[in-house]
Amino acid sequence: MIAEPSTIPAGTISTQTLEISIGPQHPSTHGVFRMDVVLDGEVVRALKPVVGYLHRNHEQIAEKMAWLASMPYTDRLDYFNSMSNNWAYALAVEKLAGIKVPVRAEYIRVIMAELSRLQNHASAIGFLLQDCGAWGTPLLYAFKEREKILDFFETVSGSRMMCNYMRFGGVRVDLNDAMLAMARKIVAEFPKFLDEFEKLMTTNEVVLARCQRVGILPKELAIAGSISGPVARASGVEYDVRKVDKYGVYDRLEFGVPVGPVGDVYDRYYIRVLEMRESIKILQQALRDIPAGPAQAVEVKLRGFKMPAGDGYGRIEGPKGELGFYLVSEGGPKPYRYHIRPPSFINLTVLEDMCIGHKVADAIIILGSIDIVLGEVDR
Amino acid sequence: MESIEKIKEMVAQAVPGAAIEIIPSSPAAAQPALLVNRESAVAVACYLKDEPSYQMDFCSCVTGVDYLAKGYIEVVYHLYSVALKQGPVVLKIRAPRELSQCHVPSLTPVWRGCEFQEREAFDLYGIKFNGHPDLRRILMWNEFTDHPMRKDYVPPADYEWEPTPHDDVLKRAKADGGIMPPSAAAAEVKK
Repeated sequence: MIAEPSTIPAGTISTQTLEISIGPQHPSTHGVFRMDVVLDGEVVRALKPVVGYLHRNHEQIAEKMAWLASMPYTDRLDYFNSMSNNWAYALAVEKLAGIKVPVRAEYIRVIMAELSRLQNHASAIGFLLQDCGAWGTPLLYAFKEREKILDFFETVSGSRMMCNYMRFGGVRVDLNDAMLAMARKIVAEFPKFLDEFEKLMTTNEVVLARCQRVGILPKELAIAGSISGPVARASGVEYDVRKVDKYGVYDRLEFGVPVGPVGDVYDRYYIRVLEMRESIKILQQALRDIPAGPAQAVEVKLRGFKMPAGDGYGRIEGPKGELGFYLVSEGGPKPYRYHIRPPSFINLTVLEDMCIGHKVADAIIILGSIDIVLGEVDR
Repeated sequence: MESIEKIKEMVAQAVPGAAIEIIPSSPAAAQPALLVNRESAVAVACYLKDEPSYQMDFCSCVTGVDYLAKGYIEVVYHLYSVALKQGPVVLKIRAPRELSQCHVPSLTPVWRGCEFQEREAFDLYGIKFNGHPDLRRILMWNEFTDHPMRKDYVPPADYEWEPTPHDDVLKRAKADGGIMPPSAAAAEVKK
């Protein structure tokens, strides 16, 4: 006998809420991160992020060490972008101490930071696609390109990920002609990769179906929730610290600040593609215009570095968002207070708002689209 | 951006009864701060957010600083304006160090972005934010009893064995003056 088709009208089956814990060991949480989720059927009704599994009180460690000694520790914050972290810390210290950085060093910093952004955004998209279910392939495409940039970082700083490259008043190693040629080759080849990458994804029907109209973050909430970086710009917040603060030599370089129309997962994907294209423009100009000169301010005494008393806040546009350092000095060889404003951590504030009403599988890609690194969230 | 003196004047006019003081920053950084009393902090924050010529709609950074020698804990808010692309205005609020009195009004109702950062300041410094919607520990685990970023925090001597020191272990840790000196630790291992 053939079974009768179900005659129960939709919505009449009673469901019950279920509280489950996603993580901390689940691969889709990008590290040791946990979400306490209340589900009604498959729909998220409440979600609380639980962090701190990687907490090592980095801030207190830094308060017990000399100013320069925490530079290698900043590498371990957002371990995808040690160059940007170095820069943020160096910038904050230079701001407090009033150190002038030579122009060549500023250009080198821009080159390093933008290359970091390229590899971060490429991998972030790869991980997002992995969360969507495209297991491995897009991520490996991204990692193939990231590898070239990491090789460059290794050539320059001696380490692929833990670069420890910047110093107060400049950078540790000057770029020679061979290194510059290597960087130019990477930049020349990157657009080809990006076109290929986009062909695979931007109009891919599965990507569109999974990502569009999912996890919408309204512009007002993005601003009120202190959201920064690509996540905020995808929601239409036209704010980029590179443009607003004009730190380094960003005022000499021409680039645009792309913003997204809707603020869904798809916009957060596509904004990263557009930002990579802008980064390539910046890199082309920086590699063309980089002047000769010293790469480190000679008057800065790195050994026995002493900071004048007072406090100050320095920030940069990191690949994940606004990365800031609030430092308090009492004039000694150690910081009295050393606080990091971690973009990954603060961008999690609105995770619940974005996930409510969506399916649990969508919560995973919404988290993926924020692009967090737990080393920075937990510090 | 107007000078800090002008902002102080405007705030004093708009929020009667607010005790405001200008705290200089590092001379090179030139980010002087407004120190406001606890009672009028929310009113000052609302004014800075709503006043059309400031529009401080983006609270970038929230943190605590423990001034042990001066006997107070300071909460520091760095405010920026996304609408007008200006800032920062630095807002400071002070509270006594004693845990029973260490409370300030929460600014999470004004800026949603303070939510996790105030939780972090509560966790690490023991600052109680009155009016915070969900004030729980965020980085340390729930059973932890102390506030590790305070300058007088004493880490337990045998924290390897007892992650949350209590009772006589805590007493001994405080009497030992914190972590064992390396030589003593080495002697311990040899035994």
